[in-house]
Amino acid sequence: MATTRILEWLGRLYIWLLLAFLYLPIVIMALMSFNVSPFYQLPFEWTTEWYASLWQNDQLISATSNSIEIAVITTILCTALGTAASLAFYRYEFRGKKFLQALLFPPIAIPWLITGTAMLIFFFGVGIGRGLFAILLGHVALALPYVIVVVSARLQTFAPELEEAARSLGANQWQVTRRVTLPWIMPGVIAGGLFAFAVSFDQFVVSYFLSTPGQTTLPVEIYAAIRKGFTPEINAVSTIIIVVSMALMLLTARFFKFGGEK
Amino acid sequence: MAGVQVSNLSRNFGAHKALDDVSIDFADGGFYALLGPSGSGKTTLLRQIAGFDFPDSGRIAIGGESVERVPVERRRIGMVFQNYALFPNMSVADNVAFGLSVRGEAKATIASEVQRALDLVQLSKLGGRRPHQLSGGQRQRVALARAIVTKPRVLLLDEPLGALDKALRVDMQIELKRIQREIGITTIFVTHDQEEALTMSDRIGILRDGRLVQEGPPEEIYDSPKSEFAATFLGDANIFRGETTGVGIRLPDGTAIAARAGATLAAGAKASCAVRPERIRIAIDSGSADQANGNVLRGQVSKRIFAGNNSTYFVERDGQTLKVIVQNTGADRLAAGQEVLLRWSPKSTVLIAAN
Repeated sequence: MATTRILEWLGRLYIWLLLAFLYLPIVIMALMSFNVSPFYQLPFEWTTEWYASLWQNDQLISATSNSIEIAVITTILCTALGTAASLAFYRYEFRGKKFLQALLFPPIAIPWLITGTAMLIFFFGVGIGRGLFAILLGHVALALPYVIVVVSARLQTFAPELEEAARSLGANQWQVTRRVTLPWIMPGVIAGGLFAFAVSFDQFVVSYFLSTPGQTTLPVEIYAAIRKGFTPEINAVSTIIIVVSMALMLLTARFFKFGGEK
Repeated sequence: MAGVQVSNLSRNFGAHKALDDVSIDFADGGFYALLGPSGSGKTTLLRQIAGFDFPDSGRIAIGGESVERVPVERRRIGMVFQNYALFPNMSVADNVAFGLSVRGEAKATIASEVQRALDLVQLSKLGGRRPHQLSGGQRQRVALARAIVTKPRVLLLDEPLGALDKALRVDMQIELKRIQREIGITTIFVTHDQEEALTMSDRIGILRDGRLVQEGPPEEIYDSPKSEFAATFLGDANIFRGETTGVGIRLPDGTAIAARAGATLAAGAKASCAVRPERIRIAIDSGSADQANGNVLRGQVSKRIFAGNNSTYFVERDGQTLKVIVQNTGADRLAAGQEVLLRWSPKSTVLIAAN
């Protein structure tokens, strides 16, 4: 009995330590975004001045809107292209299919530093150069394999007779896809979209290589700002992003039960 | 509604001949069973008729119109799948409405047709349910309603009762037959269950290794099988092998077995005789084995299996185990080890050429 209780207690302690390890830095950062002192000095004094000055920081605002714009476009493109590719892999047998499927994994495994360098060289070679468009292309290339992997995993649970049944009832390919297949794989598509958004929005390395001064994304801008000298505005913008992305995640989890549904 | 003609249909998957020169005429309004062991080609044939797969050679006509290159969505067929294949994201009513809705029918027409189809399968009140809230039998009915609501020219059923338990199966067999009669639709039904094929269909086609072995009404195939395979696959049969004598065969030990008049085979050729277990009478060996009243064999009971309304005796004779089924009439039962005489009429004996 005594050992069980001790084990139980240790288990709880482990969980609390784990949560603290994960979330304490974030909580401290969020608190400090409301602290008067820019140097993390205590006692804590409440203020919203960093949020106010954030609105004055045009560079940070423009980097944030670049990031959101690129992430949204990446998400839309990758979700559409990735779902289409997954359906093609699922439905058709063609030459080189296995090879193409195997090619999905290296982009996930290759360090971004190397991918970034390669993209920079390539984009200069073909005349695209650096800039927001190059960043967008890079993000789409990075995020696409994630969508294909996630949607394909969901398609593995799809019963092929459902498409056959729909066809036997007179549905054409488009009707079959829209009314039978897509509703089934939608949780996978949403999850893939979230992955794509995260890959793009979090992306530092590739964005850093491909951005030009003044035209950049939030992670690169934060990095540059920290190098110049830290300001609590970074805490403020990070806190806003955390709150928004947590809210999005919770909403998604609320509306789409991942796995385990009928 | 329309008949289906399959002519010289062949389909190979690599080196495997899934269908080998199969021709069957499915008459308008008939109820056909395609029967065969797994890998016999019965499902391949059904999928060819449906249009999920195209033949390498041969012709398929529905209502006189060649369709062998027409894809499934334009063949106007109805199909019920083994696992029902109901759309999990739609209600029962939406499942049934699907075929009408993809054709762009008016909402009011769809609603009334769906209601009529659900009435026909006696599920009028369950239109709002989701497939996962239904029992196996109810899902089966929804699948059937969905397949017939579009008024297809032919109804194709792929082992539709395979997933149901025995009691429900019998109910659904009766139900399926009733619905088929009511709408008079040509129905082709794939099964590996011989009892189902016998009780439900007007005609049966037996397939083996991609070839049509025999085709005809259930009674005809059961009473006059043309091959050992047909005799043993549809029902149970005792097979004797020997050489033809003109009126039957002679077994290797010299015993003659007389067969029903009909097939004539050259004397001396290898041939078999098939006898159904319920056609053989079994009695205690009294010593007289005169052959005046037909075929007689001597044997010894090795086992008896009691099944309530009947008993199956296993009788050993010259290294062969014969089966005899005896109705439970209250007569004395024979024990294992008992020496017995088996008697049956030449009329119950079918002569089959060796294959």
